[in-house]
Amino acid sequence: MRFRMVGAAGLAAAMIGLAAQPAAAQSQRKTAWGEPDLAGVYAEFTIAPLQRPGELGEQEFFTPEQFEAYQRLRLEEVDEDDETEPGTPADVHYDMGTFALSQNEGVTSPNLRTSIVTMPRDGRIPPLLPAAVERQNARAQARRGREYDGPEFRSLTERCIVWSSTLPPILPGGYNSNLQIFQSPGYVMIQGEMGDPRVIPTDGRARPRDEIRQYNGTSIGRWEGDTLVIETAGFTADTAWRGASENLRVTERLTRLNDNVVEYAFTVADPDTWAEPWGGVYPLTEMDAVLFEYACTEGNYGMANILSGERAAEREAAQKRE
Amino acid sequence: MTRGIFASLALLVPLVAGADGPLTEFPRTADGHPDLSGVWQAVNTAHWNLEPHASQYPAVLELGAQFAVPPGQGVVVGGEIPYLPAARAQRDSNFANRLTDDPEGKCYLGGIPRSTYMPYPFQILQNVNDVFMVYQFATGVRRIFVNGTEEAPLDSWMGWANGRWEGDTFVVEVTGFNGLTWLDRAGNFASENARVVERYTPLAPNHLQYEATIEDSTVFSRPWTIRMPLYRIVDEGFRLLEFKCEPYAEEKIYGHLRKQPLESGEGVPQ
Repeated sequence: MRFRMVGAAGLAAAMIGLAAQPAAAQSQRKTAWGEPDLAGVYAEFTIAPLQRPGELGEQEFFTPEQFEAYQRLRLEEVDEDDETEPGTPADVHYDMGTFALSQNEGVTSPNLRTSIVTMPRDGRIPPLLPAAVERQNARAQARRGREYDGPEFRSLTERCIVWSSTLPPILPGGYNSNLQIFQSPGYVMIQGEMGDPRVIPTDGRARPRDEIRQYNGTSIGRWEGDTLVIETAGFTADTAWRGASENLRVTERLTRLNDNVVEYAFTVADPDTWAEPWGGVYPLTEMDAVLFEYACTEGNYGMANILSGERAAEREAAQKRE
Repeated sequence: MTRGIFASLALLVPLVAGADGPLTEFPRTADGHPDLSGVWQAVNTAHWNLEPHASQYPAVLELGAQFAVPPGQGVVVGGEIPYLPAARAQRDSNFANRLTDDPEGKCYLGGIPRSTYMPYPFQILQNVNDVFMVYQFATGVRRIFVNGTEEAPLDSWMGWANGRWEGDTFVVEVTGFNGLTWLDRAGNFASENARVVERYTPLAPNHLQYEATIEDSTVFSRPWTIRMPLYRIVDEGFRLLEFKCEPYAEEKIYGHLRKQPLESGEGVPQ
């Protein structure tokens, strides 16, 4: 087999400390038509946490000793396999090992960063502005008590509409955290394993008008030296990425660092949600693998089970009352 | 003289699609193969029925004339799909139950060849190593391994595709189907044993000839072929827009599990 399902090969990749942007490209890999070549299948998992542990303050990189201790802690977390009592709800869970859902079965990029978030300097996501908290509360309030009434009251992810991890900006998710990048003249396509193919024109055209709102937003790209810069806006209000409004604007910067690693940097701005723009950076590690079709809605037994389970519970409760 | 001026002007017209001017030749990649890159769409009634058909009532009468089935001469070479008797009965049963059973209504991936001639655009992205086809419906995508020889590791909706060039024709062999897709809204189908050989051949700067030969000895008495042109979308600035059809299929799939069934004509709860 030329490909294999994601293996542990990436762990052998050299330890890298990703520099703050702008990244210095160290790879000369070019496409046949002369663009920097970003094409490949990549793992998004990285050892760095999304937000910096508070006690590290503005320390951007682990010391080797800190890193070793941190890595041990993460691996322990991953390996944790709580004994559960058969026949109890707690015993019903994914077998992470069997279905390659466990993070340590895939490629995890080494990374000395203390957090994916690098802006602001404390590596923490800024708090939501009061207006954004209000939006979130109103959304929750509208669903309260109706969470199991029908599919529209469930999350976009449970409905197989979008996964927050595959939207722009792309962030490592819980599992299947892989993506592929394909380039052809005038276009770059990025597809998260569980996400939609995002065909991004790089031919200088304008972004579609904001009347055309999409869950994934509307993206355009351009090359700045060796860096692909993608600007995305035009999100739906329902997308609500981390509480953002439909006015969210995302900038992604992809730069090949070497033959195995593409740096992924992002900033997000939404004056209706955060007082300041914020962003981060993490490595994408290339894998000798292919993405397999992720047919979400076609296999969404979860939604049917959630709703039919609640209907069964209602019938049971009604019988008890009689 | 007039002709001479026209010819020299034509030389100034770049050979790329877009706002720069009309294509005068089918574009080619640096390695000399036809460049299939672009947004394409079939303009016919194959999505309704591959076989020749007269116009018909819509599956739901209340939907009226705009959702009626338009007539079409069919795209099957020779006219009729060579079903085995039991399979023909299955097709007829599929047709009778199309309102509930057609995977399109549930926003399921269209499969191959159906995705090619659904009434939505699809985009081909091509470089020398691989070809990707991105379909607007159900945000389908498939990677075609150019000169690939791997077998499908698992069954899937869109199948496993290896491509190769035969002269100016891009030939794609697709296997590894899950047998859950249909071929059109009339209930035509193949099984998980199907092998589909697609052929994309430039016909004119903005036209491709599309052929798909379907082999499945568990469903058909012999291989058979559909053939139709695909048209390049030349609208200025055109791009595939997101068509997330999942919400529109929820009532069909989960409606019976609602706490309160929707009244006829009632919108979904917001």
